[in-house]
Amino acid sequence: MKATNPPERTDELHIIGRRVRKTGAADQVTGRAQYTDDLRFPGMLHAKIVRSPHPHARIKAIRAERALALEGVHAVVTGKDMPVLYGIIPWTQDEYPLALEKALYIGDGVAAVAATSEHIAAKAAKLIEIDWEVLPYALEPEDALKPEAILLHSNKANNITKHVHLEFGDVDAALAESDVVAGGEYSFHGTTHGALEPHCAIGLWEPAGVLTVISSTQVPHYLHRELSRVLAVPYDRVRVIQPPVGGAFGGKSEPFDLEFCVAKLSMMTGRPVKILYTREEVFYAHRGRHPMRFNYRVGAMRDGRLTGCDARVLVDGGAYASFGLVTTYYAGQLVTAPLRLSAYRFDSTRVYTNKPACGPKRGHGSVQPRFAFEVTLDKIARELDIDPIELRRRNLLVAGDRTINGLLLRSNGFGVCLDRVEAASGWKDKYKRLPYGHGIGVAGSFYISGTNYAIYPNEMPQSAVQLKVDRSGRVAVFCGLSEIGQGANSMLASITAEELGLEMEAIRVVSGDTDLTPIDLGAYSSRITMMAGNACLMAAREIAKTIKTAIARRWECALDAVVLARGFASERGAKEPRSVPMAEAICWAETDSGTLGSVGHYNTPKDGHGTYRGATIGASPTYSFTAHVAEVRVDSKTGVTTVDRIWIAHDCGKALNPTLVEGQMEGSAYMGFAEAIFEEHDFYGSGLHKGPSLLDYRMPTFLDCPDLVSLVVEAGDPEGPYGAKEVGEGPLHPSIPAIANAIYDAVGVRVDSLPFSPSAVLRLLQQKAQQKAQREAEPLAVASGGRPC
Amino acid sequence: MNSEEQSPPNPEDEGSHAKLVPLRVRANGDRVPLRLRINGDLVDASVPGNQTLLEFLRYDVGLTGTKQGCDKGDCGVCTVLLDGTPVLSCLTPAADLDGASVETIESLARGSTLHPLQDAFIERGAAQCGFCTPGMLMSAKALLDRSERPTRDDICAALAGNLCRCTGYTKILEAVEDARDVLIAERKR
Repeated sequence: MKATNPPERTDELHIIGRRVRKTGAADQVTGRAQYTDDLRFPGMLHAKIVRSPHPHARIKAIRAERALALEGVHAVVTGKDMPVLYGIIPWTQDEYPLALEKALYIGDGVAAVAATSEHIAAKAAKLIEIDWEVLPYALEPEDALKPEAILLHSNKANNITKHVHLEFGDVDAALAESDVVAGGEYSFHGTTHGALEPHCAIGLWEPAGVLTVISSTQVPHYLHRELSRVLAVPYDRVRVIQPPVGGAFGGKSEPFDLEFCVAKLSMMTGRPVKILYTREEVFYAHRGRHPMRFNYRVGAMRDGRLTGCDARVLVDGGAYASFGLVTTYYAGQLVTAPLRLSAYRFDSTRVYTNKPACGPKRGHGSVQPRFAFEVTLDKIARELDIDPIELRRRNLLVAGDRTINGLLLRSNGFGVCLDRVEAASGWKDKYKRLPYGHGIGVAGSFYISGTNYAIYPNEMPQSAVQLKVDRSGRVAVFCGLSEIGQGANSMLASITAEELGLEMEAIRVVSGDTDLTPIDLGAYSSRITMMAGNACLMAAREIAKTIKTAIARRWECALDAVVLARGFASERGAKEPRSVPMAEAICWAETDSGTLGSVGHYNTPKDGHGTYRGATIGASPTYSFTAHVAEVRVDSKTGVTTVDRIWIAHDCGKALNPTLVEGQMEGSAYMGFAEAIFEEHDFYGSGLHKGPSLLDYRMPTFLDCPDLVSLVVEAGDPEGPYGAKEVGEGPLHPSIPAIANAIYDAVGVRVDSLPFSPSAVLRLLQQKAQQKAQREAEPLAVASGGRPC
Repeated sequence: MNSEEQSPPNPEDEGSHAKLVPLRVRANGDRVPLRLRINGDLVDASVPGNQTLLEFLRYDVGLTGTKQGCDKGDCGVCTVLLDGTPVLSCLTPAADLDGASVETIESLARGSTLHPLQDAFIERGAAQCGFCTPGMLMSAKALLDRSERPTRDDICAALAGNLCRCTGYTKILEAVEDARDVLIAERKR
């Protein structure tokens, strides 16, 4: 889309909202994009981490002499070399870079060895001798909670990481007055991110005292802070570089053992040191979806109006805290929209177990309760004989409303999302009308667009952007954000190009380097478009004003008569409008003002939440909304569920680039579908992972994936750039309950536990058949018993 | 790469490809001389018996466009073309490739012009994180080289060995169909 003439219309958006090509895509399709493992440095050593073979064991002694004696081995590092606790949340730091006294799960890092090749490092790792005192262990939260259970962390009584109890309104009264109360026990298994790039890091120590760590991280800023603190290198002498990342999904959103190890080993040897996780190690690093068990009760009146909701949540945290404090809150805080509740209570407990630590996976903390809540709504709809889409319509919150737990919804396109999936899926002709074995289901959700409060308390901006403009006509955008495949760099380029009237090709983005770029907190909680986007908008509008001023001075016209679009500055409203190529206009501005540059920043509003303890967790500048309809076929002989199609309607406020927005919607829906039907991050009773490989951990292929239909909804948001909100995580949520509800529509069984595997569905079908046979044998029992819903 | 030493290939397993030299049992440390073509260039090398084609490409030749996702043949990220056929380079011993011709992502563009597949991947947004993209493109190229009008089902079957974790596959399918149509139009001209 190269313009050679000034645009005919100057009042419309020329880049924003259009399907422009993603910045950096040409590098990706030609093999030129350099990921962390693609980088090599002269004299670089390779290191391997020695991992615990026990789920819980005390380290009595580590002897590295035999490893160090091996030709090619340069150094060994153990927990004693880095005896400082770290953790992403400042209040719950409970991890050492390498286990210091105890290993807490099979795969916990204990020592690392650096050698001239990966093969020698692997051989040396086997020569490191560790004396273990094997300890009792607990793999399930129920066992870890028992009074006699051994503590994983001595300062955490009963192995409880965090307990949250919050109540809004009188839930017991609301449920007692309800015409119907539905719910039950739900179980969400663990799943992991499965990014195709294994974690990789390179440590580069310079004798002058500067430490550089290149890492496949999605949080360079937090890694920068933790490296400085743990390794006692001054904050101003640490640099973190984040090259292109090969997928993350939350799995690279906190520091990991490899980053500390490459840094420390480089400091010890004076040579560059690289660690590349094996695929097996990626499964041990984990930080994936927390397994959760729920007891849900939701009440409704006969007309479909929801009353109260009572939720108990047991969260399986794995061995360390990770983001768990937030997870424990999110598991309750983020089901209070898009529907209105008159009373709500949740009791959420996160428990340590001797398994790889859980953390944030796409839709952090709220995908699991969303499953329980939306399936419960479906049960209510059946009980009241109200169409489930209509049931949701009767309980809509609208823009400007606050949820019962105080979250302010600045914009809200959920009603439109329901309309779109209903129409596109042919819902009215299918719901309850498809033949046996064939079903359709609906679910909805909302999600945060970033968090109002940073992970560590501070009142500085959450994101910042710097622009450099010069006489070449090229603009460089500097921002600390993390491009992890979501198109964040392209988002910055689009906003800059739009505001300065330039083509995308004129914009160069530099991101993810703590030496070169102003701070952005990272790619997590779906925050980047909202925060870095607004920061970029501020910087771009400032420099645009400088350029327009130079033009207006020459044309002797009003500032707001100058419009920048498609490579030209043009005059609006004049009889004979003038225009000038942007490169020339920039020269005028450089002549008038000297070197051209600007900065912009974004900080969050602080008014969108309640005042109770914990009210700030879940508070976001704004929220996205999603509705899905899933259509499935269930083979009642085999229990195999085939998802034919998912219609995804997502309110992203404004699609800055519809192609990239749809990509996030489809990728999210796919990932939810995968968790529902295929994937399971599970362990043997010994604590050993059942299948830490991409063959055993069953990620869907081309042949498994349903048709995914994206329906973009734009309920412009007052806080977002051009009205935009998040799209990276929200559209995952409804996939799972929509499929569960469709399975009920197909064969009449409630899959309240994930995954909906053939064996699980078959078992439910058999139970249902047995119950039916019993009822037919004992007709009197029907009269006294309720009908299952 | 993988910490486990790889066992020598089994001579009973006949490679499906004619140009493969007969598989031999050799000690892992022995270096084997070989001459092969990589992206059209003649390369003389000597590799240890236990080195994979993926390691050879990335570490010895310096072609890092081919990625490693699992190093055990599960994900398809490392797919390259061996005499025109897509193979998992992480499972292919480099020492067996004397006389072979290997094509990697670095050779897909037509000189300074993108291949229609690459162009379509950009236009459709088929590359998100881009890590599966090189292998995906090489599998797709092999399909479009051998089949003039592959259907949607043909494409799904041909690419089923290539995992993508970002896209849900939708945009990749659309991109391959677009490239197919461009190539059909080119042939007509």
